[in-house]
Amino acid sequence: MGLTITEKILLKHSKNREISPGDLIFVKLDFILANDITAPLAIKEFKKIGAKRVFDPEKIALIPDHSTPNKDIKSAQQVKEVRDFAREQEIKYFYDGGKVGIEHVLLPEEGLVLPGDCIIGADSHTCTYGALGAFSTGVGSTDLAYAMTFGEIWLKVPESIKFIYYGRLPKWVGGKDLILFTIGKIGVDGARYKAMEFTGEVIRRLPMADRFTMCNMAIEAGAKNGIIEPDEITLEYVTNRAKRNFEVLDSDKDANYSEIYEWDVSNLEPMVAFPHLPSNVYPISEVTNKNITLDQVYIGSCTNGRLEDLRIAAKILKGHKVNPNLRLIITPATPLIYMSALREGLIEIFLSAGAIITPPSCGPCLGGHLGVLAEGERALSTTNRNFVGRMGHPKSEVYLSNPAVAAASAILGKISAPWEVEVKE
Amino acid sequence: MIYQGKALCYGDNIDTDVIIPARYLNTTDPYELSLHCMEDLDPSFKEKVKEKNILVVGENFGCGSSREHAPLAIKASGVQCIIAKSFARIFYRNAINIGLPILELPSAVEKIKEGDLIKVDFINGIVENLSTGEKFETKPFPQLIQEIINKGGLINFAKERIKGGEL
Repeated sequence: MGLTITEKILLKHSKNREISPGDLIFVKLDFILANDITAPLAIKEFKKIGAKRVFDPEKIALIPDHSTPNKDIKSAQQVKEVRDFAREQEIKYFYDGGKVGIEHVLLPEEGLVLPGDCIIGADSHTCTYGALGAFSTGVGSTDLAYAMTFGEIWLKVPESIKFIYYGRLPKWVGGKDLILFTIGKIGVDGARYKAMEFTGEVIRRLPMADRFTMCNMAIEAGAKNGIIEPDEITLEYVTNRAKRNFEVLDSDKDANYSEIYEWDVSNLEPMVAFPHLPSNVYPISEVTNKNITLDQVYIGSCTNGRLEDLRIAAKILKGHKVNPNLRLIITPATPLIYMSALREGLIEIFLSAGAIITPPSCGPCLGGHLGVLAEGERALSTTNRNFVGRMGHPKSEVYLSNPAVAAASAILGKISAPWEVEVKE
Repeated sequence: MIYQGKALCYGDNIDTDVIIPARYLNTTDPYELSLHCMEDLDPSFKEKVKEKNILVVGENFGCGSSREHAPLAIKASGVQCIIAKSFARIFYRNAINIGLPILELPSAVEKIKEGDLIKVDFINGIVENLSTGEKFETKPFPQLIQEIINKGGLINFAKERIKGGEL
């Protein structure tokens, strides 16, 4: 019996001669990470273990991206703890001040997470790097403390589910819609404990930004990891960024899958997830006639804060004004994306439209800062979660969509389709 | 490891954002976190848990964010253990790692009603509903997880590895 790409990566990183789904194994880690919410707890636990030094200061990234620029005294204290630890342990990839970007956009951009890698992060969206053909999964702070000490972690080998997408995606439809559609089909626990392997002709043509978006939201179906076999598009992205060697692996033809889903997505529409679960999805044609007015639109996050997302938003927003009844908040995910958006004139388009630009931060996505919702307010967001209270007050509402729908809705004041707005060249 | 207490019941897909909202994640202190545990889902949780401290929950408990603050807040609230139809995977790991007893036992969850007196034999995977006399059994944990549980969590497991000469 052949192996899936997930099984191959885990096998290569374990001491086992063979593995199969359900086995509990220890794996060596190529890279680990934590942020300003999870690292302080991990540091506390690391100190309890009693190890003096981390296993390798060049294989750890500490990225205070959640509450930065520091939103209050307690957050500042937490970031300081991370900074002090990073200095004491000489952590090579500690990002501070103007170097901070949203971790799951920043690390691929920096070439620090690579195909064939085995990666854990104390953040649930660590599954994003599966887009590069890596095994990558989110864990808690105690796991991270253990990994900082020994450079390894215990894992259960997951079963894999294969998702095959056929056809050609229509205009304004991308990775966000594919993953929302998929979560809508299988539910928020449809892939619980399992690997989601995305493949098929649609994926082979899909740009990296969209692949990151898809793998990013694998956790929203309960998955351990999302993964896409590397191809020319992956290598084009990785080759000039990679800070070390990497290995390209793929799934064997006779690999075993617990389930296989096959969909023709040629008629897929932009999808919108209604409160309060990412699986609660509707195609945009069933949404626009519902007159869902908005108080805030958010474009950003590790899901959709990449340059490609900002370009889509700018294309729609160019020459238009943000509806006076709402706030449009836009977050370039990293300093490099911010700079590129500035050079390409996107930031000018956003500011002219009346949008608010924030520094790179996770802030609004988790109701932390930089755009928190009041009681009864309703937001459309390009992020990944619409749980109760996710972006602010427990009685606020979050809808999820792609950046094109978000931009069009910001102009029209209610959830709208991109084709309802005149694109001004 | 035997726990006895009254059942406090909640439904499916309880996510970590309602277990402990992000606005309180500017601390790692378990007591401080416990003051806001579940407040967006059930503002009276803090009161209820004083009397009913065995959580009985549905599918996919603890889905969403990886924040270990979630099981820490639950533990510090005085919850003795959690019986679920299923747990989201990161929450499952975190609970094992910090020594919060959890069991997946869907048949028990379906039958137990809020306020029932429950006895949980954690090692043997047996749940008894003392109010109705019903008994439910599950498979014991795999050996590695048993070992982590027996040592009181992953940190103690790690300490012993170091004592054993590693590093």
